[in-house]
Formats: sequence, C-alpha cells, structure tokens
Amino acid sequence: MAVQLFKRTKQLELKVDEILDLVSQSAMTFDQAIENYLSEGIGERFNMRLDQMIALETRGDELGLAVELQMYNETLIPDARGDVLTLLEALDGILDSFKSVLFYFSTEVPEIPEELRQSFDDLAKLSCAGVESLVLAARAFFRDVQTVNDHLHKVHFYEKDADVLVTKIRKEIFLTELPLANKIHLRFFAERIVWISDMAEDVADRLTIYAIKRTI
Amino acid sequence: MEVSILVFLAGGLFLGWSLGANDAANVFGTAVGTRMVRFGIAAAVCSIFVILGAVISGAGAAHTLGKLGAVNTVAGAGMAAFSAALTVYWMTKLGVSVSTSQAIVGAIIGWNLFTGSPTDTGSLIKILATWVACPLLAGIIGVLLFKITGKAVTWARLHIFRLDAYTRVGLILVGALGAYSLGANNIANVMGVFVQSNPFTTYGGGELFRFTAIQQLFLLGALAIAVGVFTYSKRVMMTVGSVLFPMSPLAAWVVVVAHSIVLLLFSSQNLENLLASNGLPTIPLVPVSSSQAVVGAVIGIGLLKGGRGIRWRVLGGIASGWITTPIIAGVICFVSLFFLQNVFNQRVFQEHAYVISAPVMEKLSSEGVATDSLSALQDRRFERWSALREALQTLDPPQPAFEKTIRAYAMIEPLTVARSTLNRLSDTSFSLAQRFALRTMTGEHFLHRWRFEADLAARSAAWRTLPASPENKLFNRQLKDQREEAYLLFQD
Repeated sequence: MAVQLFKRTKQLELKVDEILDLVSQSAMTFDQAIENYLSEGIGERFNMRLDQMIALETRGDELGLAVELQMYNETLIPDARGDVLTLLEALDGILDSFKSVLFYFSTEVPEIPEELRQSFDDLAKLSCAGVESLVLAARAFFRDVQTVNDHLHKVHFYEKDADVLVTKIRKEIFLTELPLANKIHLRFFAERIVWISDMAEDVADRLTIYAIKRTI
Repeated sequence: MEVSILVFLAGGLFLGWSLGANDAANVFGTAVGTRMVRFGIAAAVCSIFVILGAVISGAGAAHTLGKLGAVNTVAGAGMAAFSAALTVYWMTKLGVSVSTSQAIVGAIIGWNLFTGSPTDTGSLIKILATWVACPLLAGIIGVLLFKITGKAVTWARLHIFRLDAYTRVGLILVGALGAYSLGANNIANVMGVFVQSNPFTTYGGGELFRFTAIQQLFLLGALAIAVGVFTYSKRVMMTVGSVLFPMSPLAAWVVVVAHSIVLLLFSSQNLENLLASNGLPTIPLVPVSSSQAVVGAVIGIGLLKGGRGIRWRVLGGIASGWITTPIIAGVICFVSLFFLQNVFNQRVFQEHAYVISAPVMEKLSSEGVATDSLSALQDRRFERWSALREALQTLDPPQPAFEKTIRAYAMIEPLTVARSTLNRLSDTSFSLAQRFALRTMTGEHFLHRWRFEADLAARSAAWRTLPASPENKLFNRQLKDQREEAYLLFQD
C-alpha cells in the first residue's frame, strides 16, 4: 500500500513539474513568436510557434485537471490543497493568456511601425521574464519553500519595468501619425502583453501568502 | 458459566466499547481531524492493532489484572466497569475527550467508599499530579519535536506531495503503534477481572499454535474496543484533531509522537529497566492519561504558533472533564452498587475475616510489632476489619502505627493448591521453576496469603524477592504480579 502511495506521489510530482515546465516553455514560445511576428509578420515560423502554444496549453489543461482530480480523490495535502489548486489554475490562466495574445496577433494582424518594434519586443521579453521567475518561485513553493522569496522579488521587478515600458509605448503610439483606429489597436496589443506580467505579479502576491502559510 | 457472569461481562464489554469510542481519538484523532487519514482507514488500522496488542501483549503477567483487580468480586468489578464506561460514554457523547483510566480509578474509589475499603491516598495524589505534569510534559515534548521536525523538513527539501505521503504513512504507523499499546495496556481494565471466571478453553498445542483461554477472553474485549472505534469515535477524533486547534498535518504527526513518548516515559518497565541497568535515575511509573498527553501536545504547539488559534473554551471543557470524570464515575459506581447489593441481592464486596493466630503473632513480632498486648486477642476470629480495629483500639497501649501491618498479616485469605487448578498452569505466566515449586505444594492449604507466599519463596528461588535496588525493580514487580496471579488461581 505504501509503495503504491509513493508511486502515485511520484507521478503527481512529475505532473506538477511538467505543468511548470509547460508554463516556462510557453513563455519562451511566446517570446519567440513575438520576435517572429515583429521581423516577418504572420509567416511560417509564427504559425509554428502558435501551434506549439496551442499544444502546450492543451497539455497544460489535461495535466491541471488530472492533478486536481487526484488531489481531491486522494484528499492530498488537506491544509494546502486550496492554495495549490488556485496556484495551478492561475498558472493555467497565464498559459491561456499567452495563447490568446498570439491568437489576437494571428487574427487581427496589427501593423506595428518600425520605431515601435523594439519596444514591443522588450515588453514581451519583460513579461516572459516575469513569468519565468514566477515558475521558479512556484517550483520553490513545492520543493523548497524557504527560497520562494528569492524568485518572487524578480517578478515584481519585471512587472514594474513592464509598466514603465508600456506607458512609454502608449505615449509613442499616440505621438505617431497613424490613424486613431490603428493607435487604439496598437495600444490594445501593448496592454495585452503587459497584462501577462500583471497576472504573474498577482500570482506572485498569492504565492507569498501561500509560502508564509507553509512555513508557519 | 453463570448467567450473572455474562451480565457483568457486559459491563466490561461496555467499558471496552467506551474505551474504543474515546481513546482511539488519541491515536488517530489528529490524523482524521486534519483529514490526512480517512476515518474508515483509521478505524480499521486502529481496530486491527488494538486486537493484536490485546491478544499478543495484553495477556502477560504484568497486565492480567488491571486496575479493577482491586475490586474483589465479579459483580463489584462489573459494576465499577459499567460506571466508568457510562461516564466515558456520556463524556464522549458530549464530544469531550476524557481519560478512561481516570474514570476507572474514580469508579474504584466509589467502590472503596461504598464498601468502606481504604483508598490509597498515594494513588489519589498521583492522579492529581498527572493532571498537571502529563499535559505539561507532553506540551514541552510536542514543542521540541515540532521545532526539530520543522528543521528536518526544511533541510530535506521534500516536495509538498512527498512530504504529504510521508506524513500520511507516519500518522498511520504511529497510530498503529499507539493502537497496539492501547490494546496491550488497557485490555486488562476491560477483561482482567473476568480472567478467573473465564468461559473459554485453550485451543491448540505447542508454544506457537496455542490460543489460550485468556487470549480468547481478551480478543472478545478487543472486539468490543474495535466496535467502539467504528461506531462512536469519529466525533471525539474531530474534537481532538481540529476543533481544539486547527493543525497542519505535520503538527498532527508531532502530537501523536509526543503523546506516545510521554506514555512510554511513564509506563515502560523496559525503559525503567534500561535506565536502571545503566546506573541512570529512573522515571517513576505513574498512570498517565493519553487524552491529557494529546491535549497537552496540541496546546504546546498552539502556543508555539502564538496561541491565537487555540479555542480556550473547548480546552476549558476538556480540562473540566478531567476533574469531573473520576467524580462522576465514583458517584455512579456508589449509587449503582447500592442498588446492585440491596435490590438485586448481589455480593459486591468480599469481606475478609481476621484471626491473630500463633504464626501471625510470630510474624508480627518479627516485623517489629509489640505483641505482648496483642496476646489478649490471640486466636479470636473477627468477621470484619471494623471489629478487629475496634478491638485493637481497646488494647493498652493501642497500636495505631501498626494497624496496617496487623491487618495485612491477620487477614484470612484461604487458598488450596488443588490438583485440578495445577492443570491450568499452562495458561499462566509462571516460569518452569515456578510451576515446579507450585506442583511440590499439591494439596496444601493455607489460611493466610503471606504464608503461601513465604512457603513458595522457601521452595524456589524463582519465587524469592531480590534485594531492593533499581536493577531488581522490574523483576520484583513482575514477581509481585505473579504472586497475585497465583493467589487468584488457588484461592478458595
């Protein structure tokens, strides 16, 4: 019985690790996809990244559901179950956001002027860096709760940088000679990208509380 | 077997049921309360190990009699067991974790008061002392253990799910051990007094495949405990495990371990022997309550975490239960014995007669009692202690200092080493040498128990008390239990 228990536990650990891997991979895929879009628009490479992102998100959904079911069925970690499930759902939300932003790019094909491309690329990189730090913090929450804060402060750092950058982008957008519709369209994309870093920060805030609860 | 024995046996089984309903919460309460172990699994593991503990380790010499052994008729013992059980049941119904052993002691004091038997004030003081010492020690051990466990878990960097699995297995293992010792230590209180009127017979031969009559009797008691666990323990488990103070699973594990350590420190003869054989000071063996140990550990950890989550009202209810339990059990026992004796015409107390015969005079003289004035009472038979006591007070000079000694040696407790009883020696805890010594006494009759014991000691070294020293403490205690067992076996 104990052997079975440890076997199932190991499988569950692997599933959670895989979810975290997926979030990390999705951040890298998103970064690559934005780079591809800025350099060559909707092309073969962008579409490949979008397909990758869809696959990552689908797998993330499957794993999330499997972990949730196992945790409920086996009444695992009763004291932290709610926290872990909320964390996993929030990470799944980030995966969803990565995918939906790429879908927006794919369907609405915003025209980004040359002078704003670098800023958009930097903004995507900052959002992805925030998510990557969040993944490290989440890994620490599961394995080494004392080091969670070593990663969380980076999430806040990247979010603040992203906020500054998006304000700058907004200003630059509205200083251009583009028609107002394009300006609003571009602002929407900038805000969508920075929203991911906001989400990462929200999860980081919750994770701070969860980590405190686990260390008491 | 007499029908009345069955009725009184029901009192013992009711006590077993109450023990299961109440004390199982101490070993699995925190596990179930924190939802780490399902109640069904906890109840199953607890029942299996209670039964194993009762049947394998409960039938030993040291445990055969139990606290209720002080009550000297089956009717009295059955009613004392019933009173204790009723009290525990009542408290359990209220969701309060009470001490079963203290309910039993309370019932015995009720019996003492009813029958006019002296109550050992030393035992009473011990009970009062354990109300403070046991929870306090459990709290201290709980805090230390919690800190050590916390450091170890941080150092080991276990995955949250791995830690959860280890904690679950740990809770079940510690719970199983706790249930085993619960069965081994408490079965005597449930069934011990019925050993002499045991309706079962031994099955099988050899040492390995023997299922003795005592084991069968204890199995019956253990099944009653198991039924109590399954049918009624869940509510107390939830009180101990989550209502008193919301705990983390790791804290739950620490509580059960701290409780086991406290029980081990105060009840392990082996530990005492180990300490004594290494020249270390021994810990006095006193009857501590597992309920108090658990509550002490929970509060200790609660205070370590700042004490804000502790529900003091619930704690107050539990603590007042510790004080009221023995009192209620005593009152119920007293009133029940009155009805049992006067309405149902049952003998609840075996009154001893007394005689100061020539051998008694000789023995008293060797014990330092001035026997000159006693000669006036020589060979007179007194039907009850109060009569002898009155006579002793009329002596010139009176001897109040030696009343206890005179009572012990003048008491008539007739016994015969009958051949038919010798055939049952295989069911006893006696060694081969001890059995041989008993066989050499076949057919002999004794008026006083001390003469029987002196004769035994004269025939075999296996029946001789060793000089009082920490190393010999365990042997002497076992020998005392075996003498009690021998007396109960051969008494007329």
